[in-house]
Amino acid sequence: MPDTKDVIDHLLGTVPGSTADGLRSRRPVTRENAQKSWDALFAPGDTSQVTLAERFAVAAFVAAVHDDQTIAGFYADKLDGVENGSALRSTVEALGELAATKGPYGQYPDGPLTLENQEGPTLVIPEADRAVLGDRLSAALRHAHLLVFHPRDANPAALQQLLSSGWSTTGVVTLSQLVSFLAFQIRVVAGLKVLAAA
Amino acid sequence: MTDTIIETAVTNPPVAFTQEKIGWTAWLKPLSEAEFTERHYEALVDKARAQSSYFALLVRDPDILEARTKTDNDIFYNTKDGLPRAERELAATAASRLNGCILCASVHSRFASQYSKREDDVQKLLDEGVSADLGERWNAIVAASVALSATPPAFGPDHVKALRNAGLSDEEISDVIHGAAFFNWANRLMLSIGEPTPAP
Repeated sequence: MPDTKDVIDHLLGTVPGSTADGLRSRRPVTRENAQKSWDALFAPGDTSQVTLAERFAVAAFVAAVHDDQTIAGFYADKLDGVENGSALRSTVEALGELAATKGPYGQYPDGPLTLENQEGPTLVIPEADRAVLGDRLSAALRHAHLLVFHPRDANPAALQQLLSSGWSTTGVVTLSQLVSFLAFQIRVVAGLKVLAAA
Repeated sequence: MTDTIIETAVTNPPVAFTQEKIGWTAWLKPLSEAEFTERHYEALVDKARAQSSYFALLVRDPDILEARTKTDNDIFYNTKDGLPRAERELAATAASRLNGCILCASVHSRFASQYSKREDDVQKLLDEGVSADLGERWNAIVAASVALSATPPAFGPDHVKALRNAGLSDEEISDVIHGAAFFNWANRLMLSIGEPTPAP
């Protein structure tokens, strides 16, 4: 019987004995550690470098730009429930809608792969939204957009923007893990949902 | 005190996908070994990883690194049943090729070749990209991995059908999904906190 606290099962709507439950049950270590990953990011012992509101705001944004409304709603509801979170919800949701596009795109280093360079947008956050989000979270959402849609455009200047906006090195590590973990979680849910129904 | 990035000036960086070994350098300061506690070593899972600047940087948040590493190891190394290791590595290589992670693709294309003995087909995937013709079964695995790696994911019933027609069981298809999904985590980290260098 699946742990009712397992977030991927929750997002999949897994019921005991279902196809998705069967597929996940045969990889108990993956299931357990995907959940431990979630716990490490969203129920952390240490919030000194990244607050809970920042974590859930970035998550709601990342899920929204993946055009997954179930998962976006899940994280937006979580955002509502944490200190200083509810004031961010509508801004994060609106930005998620504004920023959604198709990826991956981006540039390659000078050489044969530049033939595959593909242009695409960089997130620009309107001034009014920046006022609501603050410098730290605005910088985090810009970085999340980069990682989701055009990770091969990442460069030291992007990290410098985070540091200049008040992020520590450890905070950047956690933020990068969080966005990248969500890219995984959203795809596990999307993939198993299709497979279980096919 | 404000932290700083590490200024890099990589000479002769790798600029094409390759199965050769290449290196990687961090843009942020890894934890120095003098700063490691027992908790940090535990989070590395494999202590030898303390020598890797990638893992020594990620270990700054030990809880997520440990859970991530155990997820990774089970998805790729737990081969008592399900998809052969070679094809899990193929899924990882396809995702890395699409996202543009030259370092990830070099590591996992080597594994794909090692376990499949199909070095030329693996090289074709690197050279021609994700539409390379690699035969029915590999084409289905690559197409599914690529569709799942798109944002938003474009994986659908037709991909499942092609995988089933190529002889994969649903358990094996689940392994394709996990292998490709995991590399959407790995690629984004590797691409965004440092860059590839020539082999050390």
